[in-house]
Amino acid sequence: MPLSPFAGGGTVNGRRTFLRGFFSVLLSGGAIGGILKILPSKADAGEAPPKGQNWYGFGVSVDKCIGCARCMEACKSENNVPREPFFFRTWVERYILRKNGTTTVKAIAPNVEPSPETASDKSILRSFFVPKLCNQCASPPCVQVCPVGATFQTKDGVVLVNENTCIGCRYCIQACPYGARYLHPGTRTADKCTFCYHRISHGLLPACVEVCPTQARVFGDLNAAASPMSRFLRMNKIHVLKPGLNTEPKVYYASLDGEVR
Amino acid sequence: MGKFFERFPDPLARLIVVFLAMLVVGLFVVIVLIPKPMKDVQMQWADAVKREQARPVKYAGFRSCGECHDALYETKKTGYHRDLSCETCHGPAKGHTEDPDNVKPVIPVERAFCPQCHAYDPSRPRGFPMINPVVHNPLKSCASCHNPHDPKPPTTPRECSACHGEIARTKAVSHHVQLECTTCHKTPQQHKVSPRAVKPTKPQTREFCGKCHGKEGKDRMAKNAPKIDLAEHGEKYVCWQCHYPHSPEVEQ
Repeated sequence: MPLSPFAGGGTVNGRRTFLRGFFSVLLSGGAIGGILKILPSKADAGEAPPKGQNWYGFGVSVDKCIGCARCMEACKSENNVPREPFFFRTWVERYILRKNGTTTVKAIAPNVEPSPETASDKSILRSFFVPKLCNQCASPPCVQVCPVGATFQTKDGVVLVNENTCIGCRYCIQACPYGARYLHPGTRTADKCTFCYHRISHGLLPACVEVCPTQARVFGDLNAAASPMSRFLRMNKIHVLKPGLNTEPKVYYASLDGEVR
Repeated sequence: MGKFFERFPDPLARLIVVFLAMLVVGLFVVIVLIPKPMKDVQMQWADAVKREQARPVKYAGFRSCGECHDALYETKKTGYHRDLSCETCHGPAKGHTEDPDNVKPVIPVERAFCPQCHAYDPSRPRGFPMINPVVHNPLKSCASCHNPHDPKPPTTPRECSACHGEIARTKAVSHHVQLECTTCHKTPQQHKVSPRAVKPTKPQTREFCGKCHGKEGKDRMAKNAPKIDLAEHGEKYVCWQCHYPHSPEVEQ
C-alpha cells in the first residue's frame, strides 16, 4: 500500500484515485465555496478582538515545563491523533545551549526514559524545554493560502480545519511558519491543534492544560480581565514566537530564552 | 426573431444558439441545482464549528473526580501534588464518570511511571524534585514509600542549598562558611515559586564588602576578617572581579 494515493504516478490507478478525489471534492462543494468566498466582501477576521466575545489565548511558562510529555499524551488521546511518534498537535522541544554558542533543538519523545545525553556533558551551558503548539494566529497565513476555504478562523479566534472540504493539498502545512500542522494519514486532511475546541466550547480546559502537572500551560479568554490567562499576561514578561512575521500569535510565552524565536 | 438570425451567416447563427443554450443550462445549474450550503462558505464554516463542538470529550476535567472520591480529593488538596489533575496520572476518565462500574481509569503502578516527571534530567528546572531511577531504591514500587496522593520528600529542603548545591558546597569549605546566604542576598519569597522570573538581589558596590573588610568597617562580628584600605586596594575594580565571594581566596 503506497503511503500517498498519488504515489502511483501516471498509472491508471493513480489517475482513477485522483479523479475520484476530484469529484468527491466537487460534490462536497469545497471548491465552489472556496472560489466563491472571494466574491462577498467579508470583513477580515482577526483584525481586532471583538468586544463581548470570547477571544481565546494560550500561555506557556517555559521555566515551569519539566518535559514529562503528559501534554503530548493527553492531546493524542483526546483528539485521535495517530499514535506514531511523528504526528503531533502539540509537542515539546528540548533546547541545548552550548558554551561554544551552538544550539541544538530536538523534539522529545513521549513515554521514553529521559535522555541521559545532557547529564554529564560539560560543554552545555543551559538546557530547557519549550512546549509548542498551533499559535492560533490572529492573522493566520494558513487561512490565506487555503485554496478551498477549508481552514478558517472562528469568531472566538480559533483556527479550525473543515474536514469535509479539505482536499489535503498540504499548502497550509507549507505556509505555517510554526510547523504546527500535519496531514492526518487516516482522513488525508490537514490537522492541527484546535485549542480542543470541543472542550472549551463546553467550558472545559484543553486536554494539555488539564493534565499539565506544573501549570506550565495556561488557557483562557483574553477579553476577560479576571481570567488566569489575563493574570498570566500581566504578571510575566511575554514573548511570542517569530514576532517579525506579523502573524500575531495568540500563544504567549513567559521566560522565553532569546534563543527560541 | 427569424429576421434577427438572417442577419448572420448560417454557421454563426447556429453557434449563437448553442452558446445561448449553454448559458441557460449553466445558470440553471449554478442557481437551481447546486444547493446553497455548497456555495456559501460561511455555512460550511458554521457546519464545521458544529461538528467540532460535537466531538466526544475524553478528559472529564479536574472538578468531576471530587464528586465521588472526596477523601482522596481532600488528601491531595494539601500535598505537593495539589496542582495535578487526577487525569494527569490516571488518564482520560470521561468514560468512568458516565459508567463508574464498568469503565475504570488506569492506576499506574509500574516503576517507570513516576520517573517520567521525577527522573533526573538536566533540562528540568532547578529545584524540581528529581531522583536517579537506577539507584533510587531499585525494584521497589514508588508507592511503597511515597503516597502518590500526598507525596512528601524524605527531608524538608533546606533553604538555598536544595537548588544551589554547588554554591553551598563551595561555601562550606571557604572562609565565608559562617555567613548565611541572606547576609549578602535578599531573597524574595516569590523566588522559590518562579526561580528564574524573580531573582535574589546581589551586592552591587565595593562598600558592601567594605562593611566587614574595610579598615573602618563597622561590623563588630567581623573584627577578625582581613582588612584592606578601600581607597587604595584595587580602587578601579569591584571586589568580585578578583575574589569569588563564595570562596574568597586571598594571598597570605
